[in-house]
Amino acid sequence: MLHTATPLYDDLIPGGSHWSFIMRRGHVLRLIDETGGANVGMLMYNPENPLERYNMPDTLKNQHTFLLTRGHVLLSDMGRVFASIIRDDLGWHDTVSGTCNADLVAQRWGRKTYQDAHNHYHRNGFSSFLNELAKYGLGKKDLTANLNWFSKVKTDDDGNMAYVRDHSHAGATVDLRFEMDTIVVLHTCPHPLNTAAEYPSHPLRYQLFRAAPVTDADPCKISSPEATRAFANTALYHLMQP
Amino acid sequence: MIKESELHPETAQFREIVPAGEYFLKVVKTGETVRILDLEGNQAADTLFYNAHNPTERYSAVDTIREQGNVYLTAGSKLMSSENNVMLEITADTCGRHDTLGGACAAESNTTRYALEKKCMHACRDSWLVAVTEHDELGMTKRDITHNINFFMNVPVTADGGLTFADGISDAGKYVELRAEMDVLVMISNCPQLNNPCNAYNPTPIEVLVWS
Repeated sequence: MLHTATPLYDDLIPGGSHWSFIMRRGHVLRLIDETGGANVGMLMYNPENPLERYNMPDTLKNQHTFLLTRGHVLLSDMGRVFASIIRDDLGWHDTVSGTCNADLVAQRWGRKTYQDAHNHYHRNGFSSFLNELAKYGLGKKDLTANLNWFSKVKTDDDGNMAYVRDHSHAGATVDLRFEMDTIVVLHTCPHPLNTAAEYPSHPLRYQLFRAAPVTDADPCKISSPEATRAFANTALYHLMQP
Repeated sequence: MIKESELHPETAQFREIVPAGEYFLKVVKTGETVRILDLEGNQAADTLFYNAHNPTERYSAVDTIREQGNVYLTAGSKLMSSENNVMLEITADTCGRHDTLGGACAAESNTTRYALEKKCMHACRDSWLVAVTEHDELGMTKRDITHNINFFMNVPVTADGGLTFADGISDAGKYVELRAEMDVLVMISNCPQLNNPCNAYNPTPIEVLVWS
């Protein structure tokens, strides 16, 4: 499903950091857990109209799922597909636990400031998202439920949540094929339910590829009638674009 | 968890019936208790909460479920804001479980969930958009519409990661009651959903009561 075998671009984001960029449709963003144990918080917006953003409830209820994995699509609040998950080595990614904030990080791992630790200071996901969002004129009002790649949170029959330790391994890979131009905001701060003794700091390798054309038999497009209709909405959005 | 209230409707300072498809907007002050009453049964009350003095701070589904370690809401649940403050606590609940993962219906999500032809059907997010545009003084827009609570809805999560929409567990006369821990703006869309078997394709009114 990749049109190009070698990446157009390859980059490493250190643990406990944040970054953002615009993915163009027809391209694949490959996320690689370089060392094992990574968590990657992600938000998505339409650069043409950032009021259109990733919608966790619509993504989950359209696909009758609590987890995200290969074959699922990531939906906007406008009934369209930002991205399709075309590869996943892990089978379970979280999108319901939100992100860590300054208090949570300080309580669990201690407050480590830039003055103390320079670029190894303890960043948190909430502030990291805001820092990147501001670069697009966005802010707190635009924060919404985020994705947590490489992290697994399961529930029991009574709804009690449990963070699964050691879920991701070195080299674990997720490929996201973008079906729309998308502002991708991400951080590599710890999952908010991670109880590791030390501040978990795991880098993310990401690569960009050109995607193969999406056919009518594409596994994500036909994964459910809901996904097929979301693809139809996305095609309509691009009807008058080159 | 089923927990009945000791408050009597006759002593409420405020009562208002909200027909299906309408919105409800009111500030509830710190220490006041608000009850949402399912008058005819299995009606979803799609609710958003905001800090009444700064609506940039708002109810956060993900912070709420993470902080309480459980994906369902019931008596004892503390509703957390996007700034990690307790906004309200559920103090009584005769339904037993409420959903905060399923979000609200929208014209656009109706197209994906049901059929592309459903796009012009009235939906909860439209009700909220009408609410914020009819109340300019709030300074709110679509940017402020975020994840909500679906009071009276049952959306079970399975151990293997499934999400199911079960038959309603509410009934006529069931209610949920919340005590405000800060001054909160309560914004409800009384759901007009006509495509969902949970409400037997028949949206019905709710009543909102407030005790000071």
